[in-house]
Amino acid sequence: MSEKFLEVKDLHVSVQDKEILHGIDLNIKKGEVHVLMGPNGTGKSTLGYALIGNPKYEITQGSIIFNGEDLTEESVDKRAKAGMFLSFQNPLEVPGVTLSSFIRSALEQITGERTKVWDFKKKLKATMDILDMDHEYADRDLNVGFSGGEKKKAEILQLLMLEPSFAILDETDSGLDVDAVRTVSAGIEEYQRRCKGSLLIITHSTKILESLKVDKTHVMIEGKIAKTGGSELVNFINEKGFGDGLE
Amino acid sequence: MKEKTHVDDIDRSMYDFRNEDKDAYKLDEGLTKEIVLQISEEKNDPEWMRDLRLRSLEIYNKMEAPNWGPALDGLDMDHIVTYVRKNTKLADNWEEVPQEVKDTFEKLGIPQAERKSLAGVGAQYDSELVYHNVREDVARLGVVYTDIESALRGEYADMIKEHFMTLLPPSDHKFCALHGAVWSGGSFVYVPKGVKVDIPLQSYFRLNAKGAGQFEHTLIIVDEGADLHFIEGCSAPKYNVANLHAGCVELFVRKNARLRYSTIENWSKNMYNLNSKRALVEEGGKVEWVSGSFGSHISYLYPMSILKGRGSRMEFTGISFAGKGQNLDTGAKVVQLAPDTSAFISTKSISKGGGVCTFRSTVKVAKEAENSKTAVSCESLMLDSESRSDTIPAMDIRCKSADVGHEAQIGKISDEAVFYLMSRGMSEEDAKALIVSGFADNVSKELPLEYAIEMNNLIRLEMKGSIG
Repeated sequence: MSEKFLEVKDLHVSVQDKEILHGIDLNIKKGEVHVLMGPNGTGKSTLGYALIGNPKYEITQGSIIFNGEDLTEESVDKRAKAGMFLSFQNPLEVPGVTLSSFIRSALEQITGERTKVWDFKKKLKATMDILDMDHEYADRDLNVGFSGGEKKKAEILQLLMLEPSFAILDETDSGLDVDAVRTVSAGIEEYQRRCKGSLLIITHSTKILESLKVDKTHVMIEGKIAKTGGSELVNFINEKGFGDGLE
Repeated sequence: MKEKTHVDDIDRSMYDFRNEDKDAYKLDEGLTKEIVLQISEEKNDPEWMRDLRLRSLEIYNKMEAPNWGPALDGLDMDHIVTYVRKNTKLADNWEEVPQEVKDTFEKLGIPQAERKSLAGVGAQYDSELVYHNVREDVARLGVVYTDIESALRGEYADMIKEHFMTLLPPSDHKFCALHGAVWSGGSFVYVPKGVKVDIPLQSYFRLNAKGAGQFEHTLIIVDEGADLHFIEGCSAPKYNVANLHAGCVELFVRKNARLRYSTIENWSKNMYNLNSKRALVEEGGKVEWVSGSFGSHISYLYPMSILKGRGSRMEFTGISFAGKGQNLDTGAKVVQLAPDTSAFISTKSISKGGGVCTFRSTVKVAKEAENSKTAVSCESLMLDSESRSDTIPAMDIRCKSADVGHEAQIGKISDEAVFYLMSRGMSEEDAKALIVSGFADNVSKELPLEYAIEMNNLIRLEMKGSIG
């Protein structure tokens, strides 16, 4: 197996003709956990959206190679089918579509096979248990009336059910209480166990990282990766912030 | 920067098959006294009915067409054939129905649905019913389900005379008058006191002939404490000349009775659908309308409920879907005349490809209607920037203790929601169809499963190739 898995080269991204990311390089190997930190408004979520393929985020230069495939020009559904996943910071509410039927149709689209209802339901329930989610959420409309914490859990539920090979978690831990952060962390560990997948975790806090083995930490400042280090960088930022010391 | 999206028309071939009408008996085009008399004679009308037809014709000739809604210029009555009959008799066995007609209903899934989940079925082809049957156990309860023509000559002749076009008199509007003059076919249902029919009855209307009109009459009487679910389905193949549908539906809901009336109208896109529906609800009774309007070039459709008795109730759940070249003017009306009545109107509309959806509602609360409740809500979804959606609510409240609410929402399909669904591997088409089906969910939830599936298929069909 080649060392290269996700290769982002010199990525420039604009939103409404304004450049937000000024040349990002990022290499994530199979099974690695990378953490992306940085002050607010610096372009972290922009990177997440650009990687998954939000059409509002225009890639003006550079490339995204994933699993040996150039996805720079591909649409979001193709990238999802190729194995990418984004856990949204603010998941959308979709009335009239239940969480369970949505996950099922997404699964069928990705695999191109019909799921067996019984097996699917069994797996869904077991996965909801890991995330400490009430089973009745499966039959509720997607994210409609879910609390912030429930929405985040529903994102991780999708991650575990769809089994992508690479997941971006965009502030999945923000706005969660201590227990919910622990539950979400357990979900992420389960993902690593189940799928041996790679992760790019965008976060402000270190709580979610406590039980994970972090391979690399990147600090983004003003649309550029200002520093890359190991897991020790997380602690450093935790103490010193994004001020001087980084250079 | 705003991009103009365009949504194409769809392939409706599964509804668009049509048969030659070579062996049909057909009256001349247009509308004259001679034609009306000919229809009356053909049907062997009792005298009062012939008089009603002639009176209606007079009213029709005097009245102006409505000028407040979508344009009716394309409808030239001199070229509409008002009466087309297949050379066949009414059968109560599908084997006796001519092959070609039977094939039509097979393709539409009617006999299959009858076997599976219906208590009785009526099938009308052009102007006349070709098939009618009620399950024995249901008939044994005294439930009458027949065509109006048979009822006019049978045991229920007086009941028909007493009710026919009393809720919707010919003077109501021009097309009601037209209906009175040339009506043909339709259904008569009577559910005796206290009888609860727990599986639905269904009528299906198919207009096959080119440049023709369909004027079926539905008369349903649900007697005290009785309960019925009645379903109506309609479709027609597409021709390049105008077809007209001006049916009338009169529903009588007696004391403490309940009637659910569901209909999916899926006319072809050359159809002028000028349909009138009205219900009269007595003390403690309830009428529930579930209404889906998909096809037609132009529709005028505002089912009205008259809540006459204390504590009578109505619920209206409706959806309209207007695509390219369609102007659907739909809604609901309610008149609350007694205390403690309640009305709940909830509608959704979807427009795309330059289609126009107008929601028109009228609420009247009389001063006697103390402690009445009324809630009206309409939500519109526009799938592109060339489509249009309007809301025209009217309210006339004369009672201080009435509680009346109105809510309207007009929105576009959210790019963020589409992106969110696509990020899980769905194509744009599937993501949009899922959002639209979800939007229509309150209606499909109210329909029997087969119809909910058909409605979702229609939405899927409408959404297909809609990515421009």
